[in-house]
Amino acid sequence: MLNIHRDICGYCGCCVSVCPEGALELIDAYLTVEPACTSCGICAKVCPLGALEVVHEK
Amino acid sequence: MKNKYDVLVIGGGPAGALAAKTAAEKGLSVCLVEKRPAIGAPVRCAEGIGREALAEFTDPDPRFISAEMTGAAIVAPDGFTMRLESAMAGNKVGYILDRKVFDRELVWRAADAGADVFVKTRATAPIRDGKKIAGAHLEFCGEKRTVKADVVIAADGVESKFSKWCGIDTTVPVREIMSSAQYVLTDIDIDPQATIFYLGNEVAPEGYLWIFPKGKRAANVGVGISGRKSGKGHRAKDYLDRFVKRQFPDGKAIECIVGGVSVCEPLQETVADGLLIAGDAARVVDPLTGGGIYNGMFTGRLAAEVAAKCIGNGNCSKNALMPYDAAWRASKMGRTIARNYQIKEFLIKLSDEKLNDIIHSLAKVNLKEFSTLSLIKEITKANPKLMLELGALAASLR
Repeated sequence: MLNIHRDICGYCGCCVSVCPEGALELIDAYLTVEPACTSCGICAKVCPLGALEVVHEK
Repeated sequence: MKNKYDVLVIGGGPAGALAAKTAAEKGLSVCLVEKRPAIGAPVRCAEGIGREALAEFTDPDPRFISAEMTGAAIVAPDGFTMRLESAMAGNKVGYILDRKVFDRELVWRAADAGADVFVKTRATAPIRDGKKIAGAHLEFCGEKRTVKADVVIAADGVESKFSKWCGIDTTVPVREIMSSAQYVLTDIDIDPQATIFYLGNEVAPEGYLWIFPKGKRAANVGVGISGRKSGKGHRAKDYLDRFVKRQFPDGKAIECIVGGVSVCEPLQETVADGLLIAGDAARVVDPLTGGGIYNGMFTGRLAAEVAAKCIGNGNCSKNALMPYDAAWRASKMGRTIARNYQIKEFLIKLSDEKLNDIIHSLAKVNLKEFSTLSLIKEITKANPKLMLELGALAASLR
């Protein structure tokens, strides 16, 4: 699953633009993830601040 | 907020503002919605615009001009600086805007022209009438509203979702998103009238680092790197912090912003039944410079002009709206995007050594006769070992 570190997030929307599933949405200063997320990690890679992290469930 | 408008504009940046203003001036009823609580903030931009580009839309009001530029410089990976001066010494070539004031002013003008404006209002889904986009479901300060419109203009920026909901793939390829970070730095020693661009893999892989003056001792200092070069420990902010620590150790950051800038080709189609897509949402950012203010205003205005014509004719089908798509592609802006995309693709493949070669050669070329092809010819003459790469670039531009 995708973890959003809200203390790091700059709510810029960079991640939203690259999400192939359209699973991310930026609502003003609040980033949301929808169930369509496949944990592909593209968003985590491009984030300018490193606010996103894919956590693999055990 | 009414239930029905001629035109619904989603997004209150320069593209949305020009769309709303133009549509209102044409006598249409217009509603502009902006999801953020304030127009213009937070800034997601290095704020540079050319003098002539701005003049096409507005006088340079000192309220939204932070600084006037007379020159620029490119710093090669080896540290060599190439200066580009305006043909006439002291002549303005461009401005660094204050986007917080600029964007607000543009929306203000749209409101003065008669457009309804709602902030803290976001689109949550399109309304469909068969195949046609017929408006949008909105959340207005937490309240649900439905607004029908003959034409929706999606100007919702890089994080655009509206077009995606309408079935258009707007996903930016990882390698073509510029992952970016910027400080407004004060108390730094700069040339207050020149923009500076730093190139090279150490400074900004597949992107560039910029210093855009905001005053005598203040500047937007930022960096954009390709999404594919970004990752843990080497993100845009890491590159920026490293540069600032070295170059401006005593600078004070009064603002820290981040963002994504698309440098991909524009969307394959920027129209659908009842829908026009403008600005960053249409991916019409200049792929070489990352500049999007002018392109946003240009496509926003054009979208409204075409919308007005189609609404007048009572036909807002995709076919009827298609002249918008055709017109911006055929425009100087559209042709510049196509050309600069090829140049960008060429430049990002170069090693730092080749980049050094090119910049050293460029410095020897008489830049008064500036056309891309003649420039390539001149560099090749000065630097025959670049023939192969530059030949391929020249061929792709013909």
